[in-house]
Amino acid sequence: MCAVRGLTKTYPAVRGRRGVPATPEVRATDDVTLDIRRGEIFGLLGPNGAGKSTLVRQLTGLMRPDSGSVEILGHDIVRHPERASRILAYLGQESSALDELTVSLAAETTGRLRGLAVRRARAERDDVLDELGLAPLAGRPLKKLSGGQRRLACFAAALVGERPLLVLDEPTTGMDPVARRAVWSAVDRRRAEHGSTVLLVTHNVIEAETVLDRVAVLDRGRVIACDTPAGLKEQVAGEVRVDLVWREAAPLHVPEVAALHDRVVESGRRWTLRLAPEEARTVVATVTGGAAFAALDDFTLATPSLEDVYLALGGAVRQGLVKA
Amino acid sequence: MSVVPADVLPGGALAVEGTAPEAAELGPRARMWPSLAAVYRAQLSRARVARIPLLFVATFQSIGIMILMRGVVDGGGEAQAVVAGSAVLVVAFVALNLLAQYFGQLRASGGLDHYATLPVPPAAVVLGAAGAYASFTVPGTVVTAVFGCALFGLPLANLWILIAVIPLAGAALAGLGAALGLLAPRPELATLLGQLGMSAALLLGVLPPERMPEAVRLARDLLPSTYGVEAFARTFGPHPDWARVLGDLAVCGGVGVLSLAVATWAYRRAAVR
Repeated sequence: MCAVRGLTKTYPAVRGRRGVPATPEVRATDDVTLDIRRGEIFGLLGPNGAGKSTLVRQLTGLMRPDSGSVEILGHDIVRHPERASRILAYLGQESSALDELTVSLAAETTGRLRGLAVRRARAERDDVLDELGLAPLAGRPLKKLSGGQRRLACFAAALVGERPLLVLDEPTTGMDPVARRAVWSAVDRRRAEHGSTVLLVTHNVIEAETVLDRVAVLDRGRVIACDTPAGLKEQVAGEVRVDLVWREAAPLHVPEVAALHDRVVESGRRWTLRLAPEEARTVVATVTGGAAFAALDDFTLATPSLEDVYLALGGAVRQGLVKA
Repeated sequence: MSVVPADVLPGGALAVEGTAPEAAELGPRARMWPSLAAVYRAQLSRARVARIPLLFVATFQSIGIMILMRGVVDGGGEAQAVVAGSAVLVVAFVALNLLAQYFGQLRASGGLDHYATLPVPPAAVVLGAAGAYASFTVPGTVVTAVFGCALFGLPLANLWILIAVIPLAGAALAGLGAALGLLAPRPELATLLGQLGMSAALLLGVLPPERMPEAVRLARDLLPSTYGVEAFARTFGPHPDWARVLGDLAVCGGVGVLSLAVATWAYRRAAVR
């Protein structure tokens, strides 16, 4: 339903002025090609500055790409950016347009600006606020709510005036588990009833793993992997992660421990290793058995998560760049 | 957490989708007047939350200026200019200064994205906000005008002209404020321009023009608020020249149309980058 081909956007270099350092040309999205299918929850995962928001702005018609095409439900969004607003609902990271409105008025106004008549907008507003458990807060201005509640109110506004595609930029930031569950069950209900599609921007890997059907991993404007979360995890399935936490310092006088030293990622007292299962078992046996045990505070053994995949892929790219 | 597999969805024709290039039906477009009304209502409600203290400031500022000028001005045409200028200054404070700040901040914080991803005509957003800000000024302007008339002993009979002065001067100044806020490259600059615009309206509008040097008088003629002030001031006389009042108001209206058109263009430009 949403086909992206060769999408490229370069921010021009900015010349430095007094007090403002120059920034070089940045390729925010670099030849991005994606296919989002109808009815799926598709995720964009990547670190800050990976180009997720730039990509989303181009998909929602807020930004013109330098080259490439975006087609949503058969409409060319690059040529007709104004059509995007009639196909999709966008939840951005900023709520400043709604901040001083009450929850109820924010939802109603957004519905009316999506072309609903007054009565319809009010009916949908009431339904959505009830569905998300926001009815008790309906009369409060968004500004006076906590971060998570405000986010939920913005999400409510995005749902009034049904759209076949929901583009959500980090929708659950700051939310408590109850609010988060309300968001995902609202999304699921729209999927089941209307076949709605969701494009989700996130850097919460745990959430990505549980809600996404497919995920594209972005790094420096490029899609470095795109698959189901399980499919991506298979790429590093041969490895397990071993975390060792030492009481004070690692007992480097133990030869087995010293031999591991150049393979660990060290952060304070914590050592993280990625090993084949057999090797991991040996390491755990060594540190829990011999002389090293006295220095050991805690250890964990875990199968790879999406975070490991992400780090493994990201790491590979960075090494590649250094070589070039 | 997602429990619905993608392939059991209604019309779940995942595989054949590529072969059906027919474009889906678009959602409705929001029409001009209903969306203008919705934006207007939403903006007006913001007053309750955020703007009431500022409205008091605007009113007290004008009343304070009139009390100060009471010692300098001794009735007659000068008093009329002071009262009219102070009343229109409330409009300049809110419609020009505060609206420029609002749009400047909205643009800088990315808040315009919210409107830009809704199928709403740009003019509805600009006119709705400008109209709401012009409406905020009504109580302050009326209070200032009545207080000024009492202070300087001017007749209250023709105060009804405010019904025309507030919307027309409001349109001109709000349009200018919105355009400045949307065109300023940084929000601080929008605030600065709004403040400067208001200072100009204060200095050039409130002080009687007879005492100004020629160059300043020319600057005064270029400021749209001047025509609102003049139209209002003329109605205090025993036999107002209604043709000239109408002429002044027409200038306000013309500047209003022009500046709101520029603001709408600036909004479009700011919304899609």
